[in-house]
Amino acid sequence: MTVPTATAPETLLAAPDQASQRQITGEIESLHAELARRERAGEDLPATVHDFPPYRSSILRHPTKSPKLVDPETIELLSPAFGQRDVAAVESDLTIQHAGEPLGERITVQGRLTDSWGRPVANQLIEIWQANSAGRYIHQRDQHPAPLDPNFTGAGRAITNEAGEYAFTTIKPGPYPWKNHLNAWRPAHIHFSVFGSSFTQRLVTQMYFPGDPLFALDPIFNTIWRQKDRQSLIGVYDHELTAPEWATGYRFDIVVDGPDATWFENESE
Amino acid sequence: MAVPPRTLRATPGQTVGPFFAYGVGYDRMHQVAHPHAPGTVLLGGTVYDGVGAPVPDAFVEIFGADADGVVPRRRGSFRRDDHTFTGFGRAFTNDDGHFEFFTRDPGARPGRAAFFAAIVYARGLPDRLHTRIYLPDDAAALAADPLLRDLAADDRATLVAERMPDGSLRHDIRLQGEKETVFLVF
Ligand SMILES: [Fe+2]
Repeated sequence: MTVPTATAPETLLAAPDQASQRQITGEIESLHAELARRERAGEDLPATVHDFPPYRSSILRHPTKSPKLVDPETIELLSPAFGQRDVAAVESDLTIQHAGEPLGERITVQGRLTDSWGRPVANQLIEIWQANSAGRYIHQRDQHPAPLDPNFTGAGRAITNEAGEYAFTTIKPGPYPWKNHLNAWRPAHIHFSVFGSSFTQRLVTQMYFPGDPLFALDPIFNTIWRQKDRQSLIGVYDHELTAPEWATGYRFDIVVDGPDATWFENESE
Repeated sequence: MAVPPRTLRATPGQTVGPFFAYGVGYDRMHQVAHPHAPGTVLLGGTVYDGVGAPVPDAFVEIFGADADGVVPRRRGSFRRDDHTFTGFGRAFTNDDGHFEFFTRDPGARPGRAAFFAAIVYARGLPDRLHTRIYLPDDAAALAADPLLRDLAADDRATLVAERMPDGSLRHDIRLQGEKETVFLVF
Protein backbone atom coordinates (compact mmCIF):
# COMPACT_ATOMS: atom_id res chain seq x y z
CA MET A 1 0.00 0.00 0.00
CA THR A 2 1.30 3.45 -0.81
CA VAL A 3 0.96 5.88 2.01
CA PRO A 4 -0.19 9.33 0.92
CA THR A 5 2.38 11.92 1.84
CA ALA A 6 1.54 14.74 4.14
CA THR A 7 0.23 17.93 2.61
CA ALA A 8 0.56 21.38 4.12
CA PRO A 9 -2.22 21.51 6.72
CA GLU A 10 -3.65 24.81 5.48
CA THR A 11 -4.36 23.24 2.09
CA LEU A 12 -6.62 20.74 3.87
CA LEU A 13 -8.82 23.49 5.26
CA ALA A 14 -10.77 24.01 2.04
CA ALA A 15 -13.29 21.31 1.13
CA PRO A 16 -12.74 20.24 -2.49
CA ASP A 17 -16.37 20.44 -3.58
CA GLN A 18 -17.22 23.97 -2.31
CA ALA A 19 -20.95 23.32 -2.15
CA SER A 20 -23.46 26.13 -1.87
CA GLN A 21 -24.93 27.16 1.47
CA ARG A 22 -28.32 25.98 0.21
CA GLN A 23 -26.87 22.52 -0.45
CA ILE A 24 -25.22 22.36 3.00
CA THR A 25 -28.32 23.60 4.81
CA GLY A 26 -30.38 20.99 2.97
CA GLU A 27 -27.97 18.24 4.02
CA ILE A 28 -28.13 19.41 7.65
CA GLU A 29 -31.92 19.42 7.66
CA SER A 30 -32.27 15.99 6.13
CA LEU A 31 -29.67 14.50 8.51
CA HIS A 32 -31.47 15.96 11.51
CA ALA A 33 -34.76 14.50 10.28
CA GLU A 34 -33.13 11.12 9.68
CA LEU A 35 -31.54 11.09 13.15
CA ALA A 36 -34.86 12.00 14.75
CA ARG A 37 -36.49 9.08 12.89
CA ARG A 38 -33.80 6.71 14.11
CA GLU A 39 -34.26 7.86 17.68
CA ARG A 40 -38.02 7.42 17.48
CA ALA A 41 -37.37 3.91 16.22
CA GLY A 42 -35.55 3.20 19.48
CA GLU A 43 -31.91 3.80 18.59
CA ASP A 44 -29.68 5.26 21.28
CA LEU A 45 -27.86 8.18 19.65
CA PRO A 46 -25.12 10.39 21.04
CA ALA A 47 -25.69 14.14 21.38
CA THR A 48 -22.92 14.90 18.86
CA VAL A 49 -22.81 12.76 15.74
CA HIS A 50 -19.42 11.93 14.28
CA ASP A 51 -20.76 10.96 10.86
CA PHE A 52 -21.98 14.34 9.64
CA PRO A 53 -21.01 14.94 5.98
CA PRO A 54 -22.09 18.62 5.80
CA TYR A 55 -18.99 19.16 7.97
CA ARG A 56 -16.81 18.19 5.05
CA SER A 57 -13.54 17.57 6.89
CA SER A 58 -15.30 14.97 9.05
CA ILE A 59 -15.94 12.70 6.05
CA LEU A 60 -12.57 10.94 6.22
CA ARG A 61 -12.04 11.42 9.94
CA HIS A 62 -15.07 9.95 11.65
CA PRO A 63 -15.02 6.36 12.92
CA THR A 64 -17.28 3.94 11.08
CA LYS A 65 -17.44 1.22 13.74
CA SER A 66 -19.73 1.57 16.73
CA PRO A 67 -17.81 2.58 19.83
CA LYS A 68 -17.26 -0.21 22.31
CA LEU A 69 -19.05 0.13 25.63
CA VAL A 70 -16.58 -0.64 28.40
CA ASP A 71 -16.46 -0.58 32.20
CA PRO A 72 -14.07 2.18 33.19
CA GLU A 73 -11.02 1.21 35.21
CA THR A 74 -9.42 3.27 37.98
CA ILE A 75 -7.25 5.37 35.69
CA GLU A 76 -10.33 6.37 33.68
CA LEU A 77 -12.36 7.19 36.78
CA LEU A 78 -9.78 9.65 38.08
CA SER A 79 -8.49 12.81 36.48
CA PRO A 80 -5.25 14.76 36.48
CA ALA A 81 -5.13 16.83 39.66
CA PHE A 82 -5.17 20.62 39.65
CA GLY A 83 -5.17 23.30 42.31
CA GLN A 84 -5.87 27.01 42.50
CA ARG A 85 -2.17 27.78 42.23
CA ASP A 86 -1.77 25.97 38.90
CA VAL A 87 -3.22 28.93 37.04
CA ALA A 88 -2.38 32.58 37.68
CA ALA A 89 -5.36 34.90 38.11
CA VAL A 90 -4.19 36.91 35.09
CA GLU A 91 -4.77 33.88 32.85
CA SER A 92 -8.55 34.14 33.25
CA ASP A 93 -8.57 37.77 32.07
CA LEU A 94 -7.85 37.80 28.34
CA THR A 95 -7.98 41.60 28.24
CA ILE A 96 -4.90 42.26 30.37
CA GLN A 97 -2.33 40.00 28.77
CA HIS A 98 -0.69 42.79 26.73
CA ALA A 99 0.50 46.36 27.18
CA GLY A 100 -2.70 47.87 25.84
CA GLU A 101 -6.37 46.96 25.88
CA PRO A 102 -7.87 44.86 23.09
CA LEU A 103 -10.57 46.28 20.84
CA GLY A 104 -14.11 44.99 21.00
CA GLU A 105 -16.95 44.41 23.45
CA ARG A 106 -15.60 43.51 26.87
CA ILE A 107 -17.59 40.61 28.34
CA THR A 108 -17.46 38.27 31.28
CA VAL A 109 -18.34 34.62 30.90
CA GLN A 110 -19.17 32.89 34.15
CA GLY A 111 -20.71 29.63 35.09
CA ARG A 112 -20.68 26.50 37.11
CA LEU A 113 -19.11 23.15 36.26
CA THR A 114 -21.11 20.23 37.62
CA ASP A 115 -21.64 16.57 36.94
CA SER A 116 -24.98 15.29 35.73
CA TRP A 117 -26.17 14.85 39.32
CA GLY A 118 -25.60 18.57 39.89
CA ARG A 119 -22.57 18.10 42.12
CA PRO A 120 -19.93 20.82 41.68
CA VAL A 121 -16.69 19.83 39.99
CA ALA A 122 -14.12 21.69 42.09
CA ASN A 123 -10.48 22.43 41.33
CA GLN A 124 -10.58 21.40 37.71
CA LEU A 125 -9.06 23.12 34.73
CA ILE A 126 -10.96 25.04 32.07
CA GLU A 127 -9.04 26.24 29.01
CA ILE A 128 -10.55 28.60 26.45
CA TRP A 129 -9.45 29.97 23.09
CA GLN A 130 -11.16 32.24 20.61
CA ALA A 131 -10.92 34.65 17.69
CA ASN A 132 -10.58 38.38 18.34
CA SER A 133 -13.42 40.86 17.88
CA ALA A 134 -12.75 40.95 14.13
CA GLY A 135 -13.04 37.17 13.80
CA ARG A 136 -9.33 36.51 13.42
CA TYR A 137 -7.35 33.85 15.30
CA ILE A 138 -3.74 34.46 16.18
CA HIS A 139 -2.98 30.97 14.80
CA GLN A 140 -0.52 31.12 11.90
CA ARG A 141 -2.80 29.08 9.66
CA ASP A 142 -5.71 31.49 9.99
CA GLN A 143 -5.64 33.33 6.69
CA HIS A 144 -8.83 35.36 7.17
CA PRO A 145 -7.96 38.91 6.02
CA ALA A 146 -9.28 40.56 9.18
CA PRO A 147 -6.96 42.50 11.46
CA LEU A 148 -4.97 40.91 14.24
CA ASP A 149 -5.18 42.81 17.51
CA PRO A 150 -1.72 43.33 19.03
CA ASN A 151 -3.38 43.45 22.45
CA PHE A 152 -5.28 40.20 22.19
CA THR A 153 -4.06 36.63 22.09
CA GLY A 154 -7.35 34.90 22.81
CA ALA A 155 -6.31 32.09 25.15
CA GLY A 156 -7.19 31.76 28.83
CA ARG A 157 -7.35 29.32 31.72
CA ALA A 158 -9.15 29.07 35.01
CA ILE A 159 -9.47 26.58 37.85
CA THR A 160 -12.97 26.03 39.23
CA ASN A 161 -13.52 26.96 42.87
CA GLU A 162 -15.06 24.77 45.59
CA ALA A 163 -18.53 25.44 44.19
CA GLY A 164 -17.42 24.51 40.67
CA GLU A 165 -17.57 28.15 39.56
CA TYR A 166 -15.33 29.82 37.02
CA ALA A 167 -15.15 33.28 35.44
CA PHE A 168 -13.38 34.72 32.42
CA THR A 169 -13.07 38.29 31.25
CA THR A 170 -12.58 38.60 27.51
CA ILE A 171 -13.71 40.30 24.30
CA LYS A 172 -16.71 39.07 22.36
CA PRO A 173 -15.31 37.12 19.39
CA GLY A 174 -16.41 37.89 15.86
CA PRO A 175 -17.84 35.38 13.37
CA TYR A 176 -15.31 34.18 10.83
CA PRO A 177 -15.28 32.59 7.38
CA TRP A 178 -13.98 29.09 6.77
CA LYS A 179 -13.73 27.04 3.66
CA ASN A 180 -16.15 24.20 4.36
CA HIS A 181 -18.35 25.44 1.52
CA LEU A 182 -18.94 28.65 -0.43
CA ASN A 183 -19.56 31.59 1.86
CA ALA A 184 -19.27 29.48 5.01
CA TRP A 185 -19.20 31.49 8.26
CA ARG A 186 -18.91 30.20 11.79
CA PRO A 187 -21.22 31.74 14.38
CA ALA A 188 -19.20 33.61 17.02
CA HIS A 189 -17.95 31.17 19.63
CA ILE A 190 -15.44 30.51 22.38
CA HIS A 191 -13.75 27.09 22.47
CA PHE A 192 -13.84 25.39 25.89
CA SER A 193 -11.71 22.49 27.09
CA VAL A 194 -12.85 21.09 30.44
CA PHE A 195 -11.54 18.48 32.85
CA GLY A 196 -14.11 16.70 35.02
CA SER A 197 -13.40 14.64 38.12
CA SER A 198 -12.95 11.63 35.89
CA PHE A 199 -11.04 11.21 32.61
CA THR A 200 -14.27 9.77 31.15
CA GLN A 201 -15.82 13.22 31.70
CA ARG A 202 -13.27 15.10 29.63
CA LEU A 203 -15.07 17.63 27.41
CA VAL A 204 -14.10 19.92 24.55
CA THR A 205 -16.91 22.12 23.30
CA GLN A 206 -17.81 25.61 22.06
CA MET A 207 -19.91 28.32 23.66
CA TYR A 208 -22.06 30.49 21.39
CA PHE A 209 -23.89 33.81 21.82
CA PRO A 210 -27.67 34.34 21.86
CA GLY A 211 -29.52 35.13 18.67
CA ASP A 212 -26.72 34.44 16.20
CA PRO A 213 -28.18 34.42 12.66
CA LEU A 214 -25.58 31.84 11.56
CA PHE A 215 -26.79 28.99 13.81
CA ALA A 216 -28.93 27.19 11.24
CA LEU A 217 -26.23 27.52 8.56
CA ASP A 218 -23.30 26.08 10.49
CA PRO A 219 -22.46 22.39 10.05
CA ILE A 220 -20.25 22.27 13.17
CA PHE A 221 -22.93 23.64 15.52
CA ASN A 222 -25.38 21.24 13.90
CA THR A 223 -23.27 18.12 14.48
CA ILE A 224 -25.31 18.38 17.69
CA TRP A 225 -28.51 17.23 16.13
CA ARG A 226 -31.09 17.91 18.86
CA GLN A 227 -32.33 21.47 19.30
CA LYS A 228 -32.32 21.21 23.12
CA ASP A 229 -28.67 20.10 23.11
CA ARG A 230 -27.62 22.91 20.77
CA GLN A 231 -29.47 25.33 23.03
CA SER A 232 -27.28 24.26 25.95
CA LEU A 233 -24.19 25.60 24.13
CA ILE A 234 -25.61 29.12 23.84
CA GLY A 235 -24.45 31.38 26.65
CA VAL A 236 -27.26 33.19 28.42
CA TYR A 237 -27.11 36.97 28.66
CA ASP A 238 -27.47 37.75 32.36
CA HIS A 239 -27.93 41.36 33.38
CA GLU A 240 -27.02 40.41 36.95
CA LEU A 241 -23.56 39.52 35.66
CA THR A 242 -23.25 42.75 33.70
CA ALA A 243 -21.03 45.26 35.50
CA PRO A 244 -21.91 48.96 35.19
CA GLU A 245 -19.56 50.97 32.96
CA TRP A 246 -17.46 47.84 32.49
CA ALA A 247 -18.63 44.64 30.77
CA THR A 248 -21.71 42.71 29.73
CA GLY A 249 -22.14 39.31 31.34
CA TYR A 250 -22.95 35.86 30.00
CA ARG A 251 -23.66 32.69 31.92
CA PHE A 252 -22.45 29.35 30.59
CA ASP A 253 -22.99 26.38 32.89
CA ILE A 254 -21.23 23.17 31.93
CA VAL A 255 -22.36 19.65 32.78
CA VAL A 256 -19.89 16.82 32.39
CA ASP A 257 -21.36 13.38 32.07
CA GLY A 258 -19.85 10.09 33.04
CA PRO A 259 -20.87 6.51 33.57
CA ASP A 260 -22.62 5.45 36.77
CA ALA A 261 -19.23 4.57 38.26
CA THR A 262 -18.37 8.29 38.44
CA TRP A 263 -21.21 8.73 40.92
CA PHE A 264 -19.57 6.35 43.39
CA GLU A 265 -16.08 7.63 42.70
CA ASN A 266 -17.03 11.15 43.71
CA GLU A 267 -19.17 10.13 46.67
CA SER A 268 -16.19 8.35 48.21
CA GLU A 269 -13.83 11.29 47.89
CA MET B 1 -26.18 1.39 46.72
CA ALA B 2 -28.17 2.43 43.68
CA VAL B 3 -27.10 5.31 41.47
CA PRO B 4 -29.69 8.09 41.65
CA PRO B 5 -31.19 9.40 38.42
CA ARG B 6 -29.27 12.14 36.62
CA THR B 7 -30.84 15.54 37.08
CA LEU B 8 -28.94 17.53 34.44
CA ARG B 9 -28.46 17.02 30.73
CA ALA B 10 -24.82 16.73 29.72
CA THR B 11 -23.20 19.55 27.76
CA PRO B 12 -22.49 18.14 24.29
CA GLY B 13 -18.99 18.09 22.83
CA GLN B 14 -17.75 19.89 19.72
CA THR B 15 -14.72 19.66 17.49
CA VAL B 16 -11.50 21.37 18.60
CA GLY B 17 -11.37 23.01 15.17
CA PRO B 18 -8.15 23.94 13.37
CA PHE B 19 -6.77 26.63 15.67
CA PHE B 20 -6.44 24.91 19.05
CA ALA B 21 -2.64 25.05 19.27
CA TYR B 22 -2.28 28.35 21.09
CA GLY B 23 -5.30 27.57 23.28
CA VAL B 24 -4.31 24.20 24.69
CA GLY B 25 -0.56 24.10 24.08
CA TYR B 26 1.83 24.49 27.00
CA ASP B 27 5.47 23.99 27.78
CA ARG B 28 6.72 20.36 27.82
CA MET B 29 3.16 19.07 27.65
CA HIS B 30 4.28 15.79 26.06
CA GLN B 31 6.99 15.21 28.69
CA VAL B 32 5.03 13.21 31.25
CA ALA B 33 8.45 12.01 32.40
CA HIS B 34 11.79 13.73 31.84
CA PRO B 35 13.27 12.41 28.55
CA HIS B 36 16.58 11.48 30.16
CA ALA B 37 15.33 10.09 33.46
CA PRO B 38 15.79 6.36 34.11
CA GLY B 39 12.63 4.41 33.27
CA THR B 40 11.37 6.95 30.75
CA VAL B 41 9.94 5.43 27.56
CA LEU B 42 9.07 7.07 24.28
CA LEU B 43 5.48 6.47 23.17
CA GLY B 44 4.97 7.61 19.59
CA GLY B 45 2.69 7.05 16.66
CA THR B 46 0.80 8.57 13.78
CA VAL B 47 -2.84 9.54 13.48
CA TYR B 48 -4.32 8.51 10.11
CA ASP B 49 -7.57 9.34 8.35
CA GLY B 50 -9.81 7.08 6.27
CA VAL B 51 -7.56 7.05 3.20
CA GLY B 52 -4.41 6.50 5.23
CA ALA B 53 -3.27 10.13 5.10
CA PRO B 54 -1.63 11.48 8.24
CA VAL B 55 -3.73 13.92 10.27
CA PRO B 56 -1.60 16.98 11.00
CA ASP B 57 -4.13 18.87 13.11
CA ALA B 58 -4.97 16.40 15.87
CA PHE B 59 -3.89 16.04 19.46
CA VAL B 60 -3.73 13.10 21.80
CA GLU B 61 -3.95 13.05 25.58
CA ILE B 62 -2.80 10.20 27.77
CA PHE B 63 -3.35 9.50 31.45
CA GLY B 64 -1.47 6.58 32.91
CA ALA B 65 -0.62 4.99 36.23
CA ASP B 66 2.92 5.11 37.54
CA ALA B 67 5.16 2.08 37.10
CA ASP B 68 3.83 0.61 40.37
CA GLY B 69 0.26 0.72 39.05
CA VAL B 70 -0.81 3.56 41.34
CA VAL B 71 -2.75 6.39 39.68
CA PRO B 72 -0.88 9.64 40.34
CA ARG B 73 -2.85 12.21 42.33
CA ARG B 74 -0.14 14.85 42.26
CA ARG B 75 -0.54 18.26 40.67
CA GLY B 76 1.85 19.66 38.13
CA SER B 77 0.59 18.35 34.78
CA PHE B 78 0.65 21.91 33.43
CA ARG B 79 3.77 23.09 35.21
CA ARG B 80 6.39 20.47 34.61
CA ASP B 81 9.12 20.35 37.24
CA ASP B 82 10.91 17.35 35.66
CA HIS B 83 10.52 15.09 38.69
CA THR B 84 6.84 14.99 39.68
CA PHE B 85 5.06 12.23 37.76
CA THR B 86 1.43 13.21 37.17
CA GLY B 87 0.63 10.64 34.50
CA PHE B 88 -1.02 13.19 32.20
CA GLY B 89 0.35 14.42 28.90
CA ARG B 90 -0.83 16.08 25.71
CA ALA B 91 0.83 15.91 22.30
CA PHE B 92 -0.05 17.64 19.05
CA THR B 93 0.49 15.80 15.80
CA ASN B 94 3.10 17.40 13.55
CA ASP B 95 2.78 17.96 9.80
CA ASP B 96 3.38 14.21 9.30
CA GLY B 97 0.59 13.29 11.70
CA HIS B 98 3.13 12.07 14.24
CA PHE B 99 2.77 12.50 18.01
CA GLU B 100 5.10 11.48 20.80
CA PHE B 101 5.27 11.36 24.57
CA PHE B 102 8.02 10.74 27.03
CA THR B 103 6.42 8.80 29.85
CA ARG B 104 6.71 5.67 31.99
CA ASP B 105 5.33 2.21 31.36
CA PRO B 106 2.17 2.15 33.46
CA GLY B 107 1.92 -0.65 35.99
CA ALA B 108 -1.15 -2.71 36.70
CA ARG B 109 -2.59 -4.79 39.51
CA PRO B 110 -1.23 -8.36 39.44
CA GLY B 111 -2.67 -10.30 36.54
CA ARG B 112 -4.26 -7.22 34.96
CA ALA B 113 -3.23 -5.66 31.67
CA ALA B 114 -1.50 -2.29 31.81
CA PHE B 115 -2.70 0.54 29.58
CA PHE B 116 -2.74 4.28 29.05
CA ALA B 117 -6.16 5.91 28.92
CA ALA B 118 -6.10 8.03 25.76
CA ILE B 119 -8.28 10.63 24.06
CA VAL B 120 -8.01 11.85 20.47
CA TYR B 121 -9.14 15.26 19.24
CA ALA B 122 -8.86 16.67 15.72
CA ARG B 123 -10.15 19.20 13.30
CA GLY B 124 -12.88 17.37 11.42
CA LEU B 125 -13.67 15.14 14.39
CA PRO B 126 -17.01 16.40 15.76
CA ASP B 127 -16.31 15.16 19.29
CA ARG B 128 -13.46 13.59 21.26
CA LEU B 129 -12.73 9.88 21.00
CA HIS B 130 -11.70 7.77 23.98
CA THR B 131 -9.45 4.78 23.49
CA ARG B 132 -6.77 2.78 25.32
CA ILE B 133 -3.14 2.06 24.54
CA TYR B 134 -2.19 -1.28 26.10
CA LEU B 135 1.38 -2.36 26.79
CA PRO B 136 2.19 -5.43 24.69
CA ASP B 137 4.46 -7.19 27.17
CA ASP B 138 2.20 -9.38 29.34
CA ALA B 139 0.44 -11.76 26.94
CA ALA B 140 -1.48 -13.59 29.67
CA ALA B 141 -2.86 -10.38 31.15
CA LEU B 142 -3.85 -9.12 27.69
CA ALA B 143 -5.65 -12.38 26.95
CA ALA B 144 -7.61 -12.07 30.19
CA ASP B 145 -8.48 -8.40 29.84
CA PRO B 146 -12.27 -7.84 29.97
CA LEU B 147 -12.22 -5.40 27.04
CA LEU B 148 -9.70 -7.14 24.81
CA ARG B 149 -11.05 -10.67 25.19
CA ASP B 150 -14.37 -9.41 23.81
CA LEU B 151 -12.80 -8.17 20.59
CA ALA B 152 -11.91 -9.88 17.32
CA ALA B 153 -8.15 -10.24 16.85
CA ASP B 154 -7.95 -7.43 14.29
CA ASP B 155 -9.76 -5.01 16.57
CA ARG B 156 -7.72 -6.09 19.59
CA ALA B 157 -4.53 -5.30 17.70
CA THR B 158 -5.61 -1.67 17.28
CA LEU B 159 -5.43 -1.17 21.04
CA VAL B 160 -2.06 -2.75 21.79
CA ALA B 161 1.16 -0.81 21.29
CA GLU B 162 4.23 -2.35 19.69
CA ARG B 163 7.44 -2.60 21.71
CA MET B 164 10.36 -1.54 19.54
CA PRO B 165 13.86 -3.04 19.90
CA ASP B 166 15.06 0.11 21.69
CA GLY B 167 12.32 -0.27 24.31
CA SER B 168 10.12 2.51 22.99
CA LEU B 169 6.43 2.04 22.23
CA ARG B 170 4.83 2.60 18.86
CA HIS B 171 1.10 3.04 18.53
CA ASP B 172 -0.74 4.39 15.50
CA ILE B 173 -4.32 5.64 15.70
CA ARG B 174 -6.56 5.16 12.67
CA LEU B 175 -9.70 7.26 12.79
CA GLN B 176 -11.42 5.41 9.96
CA GLY B 177 -11.11 2.54 7.51
CA GLU B 178 -8.74 -0.38 7.41
CA LYS B 179 -7.48 -1.26 10.93
CA GLU B 180 -9.73 1.44 12.37
CA THR B 181 -8.87 1.95 16.03
CA VAL B 182 -11.43 0.72 18.53
CA PHE B 183 -12.90 3.72 20.34
CA LEU B 184 -14.68 3.49 23.64
CA VAL B 185 -17.73 4.79 25.43
CA PHE B 186 -18.24 4.28 29.14
FE1 LIG C 1 -13.22 28.47 16.28
